[in-house]
Amino acid sequence: MIGIQPIDQYARLIDDEKQASVIDGSSKGTEKRYHVLHEDYADPDAIRRLAGAIKDHTLHHLGDYLAQAEQAMMARGIHVHFAATDEEARQVILSILRSHEVKQLTKSKSMAAEEIHLNPFLIDNGVECLESDLGEFIIQLDGDEPSHIVKPIIHKNRREIANTLLREGIAEDYNDDPETITRRARVHLREKYMQAGACITGANFICADTGRLTLVTNEGNSRFGMAPTPVHIALVGIEKIIPQEKDLAVFLNLLGRSATGQQLTVYTEFINGPRAASQPDGPEHMHVVLMDNGRTDVLASNCREILRCIRCGACQNVCPVYRQASGHAYRSTYGGPVGAVLSPLLFGDKFSELADLPKASSLCGACNEVCPVDIPIPDLLLRLRNKAKQESVHSPANIPMAPFAHLATSPSFWRTAMTMSKAMNHLPIQVAPIKPLQDWLGQRTLPDSRGGEFRRWFKARSSS
Amino acid sequence: MVTSHSRPTGKKVLLMGTCLCDAFYDEAAKATVEVLEHLGVKVVFPEDQTCCGQPAFNSGDWKASRKVARHCAKVFAGDLPVIVPSGSCAAMNFHGNLLQFEEEPDPLVTSLANRTWEVMDFIYHGLGVKTWPGSFPEPLKIVFHRSCHSRGTQSAESTLALLESIGNASVMSIGQAEQCCGFGGTFSVTFPHISGRMGSLKLDHLLEMQPDVLVSGDMSCLMHLTGLARMQGRPISHMHAIQLLRKTIP
Repeated sequence: MIGIQPIDQYARLIDDEKQASVIDGSSKGTEKRYHVLHEDYADPDAIRRLAGAIKDHTLHHLGDYLAQAEQAMMARGIHVHFAATDEEARQVILSILRSHEVKQLTKSKSMAAEEIHLNPFLIDNGVECLESDLGEFIIQLDGDEPSHIVKPIIHKNRREIANTLLREGIAEDYNDDPETITRRARVHLREKYMQAGACITGANFICADTGRLTLVTNEGNSRFGMAPTPVHIALVGIEKIIPQEKDLAVFLNLLGRSATGQQLTVYTEFINGPRAASQPDGPEHMHVVLMDNGRTDVLASNCREILRCIRCGACQNVCPVYRQASGHAYRSTYGGPVGAVLSPLLFGDKFSELADLPKASSLCGACNEVCPVDIPIPDLLLRLRNKAKQESVHSPANIPMAPFAHLATSPSFWRTAMTMSKAMNHLPIQVAPIKPLQDWLGQRTLPDSRGGEFRRWFKARSSS
Repeated sequence: MVTSHSRPTGKKVLLMGTCLCDAFYDEAAKATVEVLEHLGVKVVFPEDQTCCGQPAFNSGDWKASRKVARHCAKVFAGDLPVIVPSGSCAAMNFHGNLLQFEEEPDPLVTSLANRTWEVMDFIYHGLGVKTWPGSFPEPLKIVFHRSCHSRGTQSAESTLALLESIGNASVMSIGQAEQCCGFGGTFSVTFPHISGRMGSLKLDHLLEMQPDVLVSGDMSCLMHLTGLARMQGRPISHMHAIQLLRKTIP
């Protein structure tokens, strides 16, 4: 049965304000990225390919690099944990918090934490958990979900945000000036930083050779979170390893430019380990939780290239389908093209549930063109569509293709069908009781059939 | 992706007319023949050709699409260049087919991949025609829609260079050129709302400068865009880029 895809149905219902915020934010992101990369580099594609090759190499030797990174981190006094599943990751983090009797913590933005729904879990277990990234903070206040990898509240405008602060008593009066909003949130957050018993962050990279973590932010909130607290926990996907510190030159130059059109994010932190004796502040205890949560399955699949992803969101910004549908349409932590590949794979037991996501693409390839690690996203979407077909995953909108294949391998039938298609010119096909055809023709006219005309012309002139 | 250096060229070619030209756009296929002949190329049209198989491939039904691809590869077997007036069908031949046969390579399919050219790329890189020796009688304002399946190839650059070199032609640049028109074959059927919105946005950019004609290297994009435009009461003259070249030949 041919039907309308869920993401299209979702897009149809989005209100105009949200739609405008998403289109505006993502189009600007695409434009800024393009300009900063082309102003600074003669051949940005060469750098993208290099970054992709480094990531690919790392993934081919991931076991070795993980072991090397583990040794290097331990030598720095970092406690290293491996978590195979989301549940293990949550339990490891909870037990660390319990051993330090942490009741309150701050958390900087982490997609890995979103992936395992860490906040609600910690809150259920009696740990107050405050998001310190402004966007994530607003999301938390609203009980909402992030809709973009780097701009979690791209779907909201400043009027909505001002109202949120007013409602929560963080602002005394309504003011939607961005600077005022930021200042008010900052005053509220500063106090919380000082009370927190731990700080949870993600990491953008872990260098296997030195065991140092690299973390980028634009708000400095993770530094603030770490400075006054005794315990730092970093939750990191195992694919975040890169071989050497000098590789950061490639990745940091690409990450900021691809994500936000900045040459470099405002803050780039290199985290050595727990506080050294000579340092006046910083956590005394540092834990790194390396999380698999389906990643090794992805590594073993024919879509392993998606693990190169450095979570910049450039594919999301440029994607015309995402722009119309918004990130929430993807029903998972990761939206846009990367989410359409990663979510059905990572949440593997849910593949059938999310098998429609890879279909949410015209296969235009813009995502591949902007990807800082050159992931062939359209190819991966196609492989997943094939996987869904092979596994006979029920999808509301599968168009049966066997009749087409039969016709297209029977040349004489094909020629007859082409000639006969001219009859359609005289039939009121728009009233045919086929819903998708009606929908299609409701928006567009179809050109007149000229089936077989070219063949006739070609034959006539060859024989003359 | 694909480099022209590795593909065969020459003065005798096989024409893959595409199913869309077979059904609707015979003028684009005719122009392809006439322009190539004008350049001294002999064009052969294998009668048993049907479709490249892309509808099934994009739907994920690779069993069906491999069947069509094998048929196609057999029809175009040999060592002659295969010329396609569509960036999308050409990409199916040299990229999509390799993907769907990666676990069971088929020599005929690989051979087709290695011999396929999008027509404008062939004229520019294969035949080495870098400027077009012809002109329009009157100034003509052209907008060019860069079809998505020519990304990563030299087709768009070849087309722009050739169109810009036509006397009296002015090719206007458009905003957000990287954005897709929203057709995507079966995508436009199962994502009707998003497809229509994408098309309307694309039309806004394409029509902004009030061009005389809208051209592309893919009739599928044009079918979708002009079908929407007509319904929205803003019809636009349109044709395949090769038809513009054809217009300059007496």
